[in-house]
Amino acid sequence: MSDLRDLYQEVIFDHNRHPRNFGPLPGANRHADGFNALCGDKLSLNLKVEDGIIQEARFEGSGCAISTASASLMTEALKGRHEAEVAELFEGFYHMVKGEPYTVEMGKLAVLAGVSEFPARVKCATLAWHTLNAALHQADQPVSTE
Amino acid sequence: MFDPHLWRRQFPILERKVHGKPLVYLDNAATTQKPLAVLDAERYYFEHFNANIHRGVHALSQEASEAFEGAREKVRAFLGAAHVEEIIFTRGATEAINLVAQTWGRTHLEAGDEILISAMEHHANIVPWQMLCEMTGARLKVIPMDERGVLLMDQVDHLLTARTRLVGITLVSNALGTVNPVVEIIRKAHAAGARVLVDGAQAVAHVAVDMVALGCDFFVFSGHKLYGPTGIGVLYGKKDLLTAMPPYQGGGDMILQVTFEKTTYNQIPYKFEAGTPHISGAIGLGAAIDFVRSVGLENIAAHEDRLLQEATERAQRVNGLRIIGTAPGKASIFSFVLEGIHPHDIGTILDSEGVAIRSGHHCAMPVMDYFHLPATARASFALYNTLEEVESLFQAIERVQKLFLN
Repeated sequence: MSDLRDLYQEVIFDHNRHPRNFGPLPGANRHADGFNALCGDKLSLNLKVEDGIIQEARFEGSGCAISTASASLMTEALKGRHEAEVAELFEGFYHMVKGEPYTVEMGKLAVLAGVSEFPARVKCATLAWHTLNAALHQADQPVSTE
Repeated sequence: MFDPHLWRRQFPILERKVHGKPLVYLDNAATTQKPLAVLDAERYYFEHFNANIHRGVHALSQEASEAFEGAREKVRAFLGAAHVEEIIFTRGATEAINLVAQTWGRTHLEAGDEILISAMEHHANIVPWQMLCEMTGARLKVIPMDERGVLLMDQVDHLLTARTRLVGITLVSNALGTVNPVVEIIRKAHAAGARVLVDGAQAVAHVAVDMVALGCDFFVFSGHKLYGPTGIGVLYGKKDLLTAMPPYQGGGDMILQVTFEKTTYNQIPYKFEAGTPHISGAIGLGAAIDFVRSVGLENIAAHEDRLLQEATERAQRVNGLRIIGTAPGKASIFSFVLEGIHPHDIGTILDSEGVAIRSGHHCAMPVMDYFHLPATARASFALYNTLEEVESLFQAIERVQKLFLN
């Protein structure tokens, strides 16, 4: 196993203790709930999308440090992005946490690359992204990482 | 004096290292490790008399049949059942409960009938009954518990009604460790005319049981939580009930005579054992029972109680640690949460120290809901765990807090 510090970087602790964009989002026009049956994490994601641009992204719920930090970092990364970019970003993120090659520029999301050394925690890191996917496609059912 | 170090030698896996640290295996409630006696018994079967059982006239088949039926007798004696044909081999406790729900349940329940379970059941003792309720129109009712994880027994009397057909109750809670007063529940249920299924999956490695004394109608357990193999478990049922029940699955071995017009079913227990069973698993389970009896269940229970007591006392000295499940009578389970740290993070960091625990809902989501928790961290003890390992657990917990709370 790699050093725990590869997984639990300071940025992740920071986002876990002080999650950004945490709370309700009045006027949201996209919403989805995510659920990780493995650890019981629940996440509720709200977006405000105008002309295809994600203006606001906020989340609520309880989760482990990895899933909370991932959701926090994701909402930061989403603001101002076009919906069409999201699929590519998710794909890049997914490859990154699985330890597979990726070409997308990850920016701050790169602090989650250490997850790839902890396969049991990939679901924690991707819960927010699966939920985002559901929100943008307006899925009725809560998504699960299973 | 019971010495776990002596018995540890029987478990080769305990010598391995995890992430460069000695393995401290505290996930015994999920599955126990297997002693050499079990590994040897399975290997011996495959090396010397592997064959399909029953009806084979050749030597190997007869030897395999004898070993398989010998294992059944070992289970009977272990459970204190009156008759060997009351012991049915299944894939595990889960399949055993489903068997009862789908055979006895479907022929004995109708719309408006009630099934009573407890607030601390494993999903395996909830979902099969919910499925049965959907099929029959019966209703599921729940005995509540208090914040210690103790069942509110004073509610049982009014929860039991003339419509209660079955009470499903776990002997030991896998999420909390509570040992439930099943004797009293069985007495009350029988007085109300209801049958009782006791889920012994979490109990049999820690608590001695006796079917005749207990008087329950059905009892289930899994071999792999009793130092035996996975994929083998047991349904005990009272002879008259099993005899009257329709079969579960159709196939070979469960028949006496088959024509295209009509099939005559075999007698119990074979009626419920369609297809080639897990022969090596049953033999391994028999060896596991021999092993547990040679150690002595009362010695095991006393030792585990000592470990649990040590952990409980040690926990008082850890800031922000809350034990989930504080019933006066507990077995083997130390479930806890740490303030500000998710159990999943605890699990990963403990693992990096070689300490294997479980984090999650422990297949008991209603228990988590009751305590308003998404999950707990759970250490669970077995006969081979030591006081030194309890100390390793707490040192690792301190490391978790240091990493997270600095």
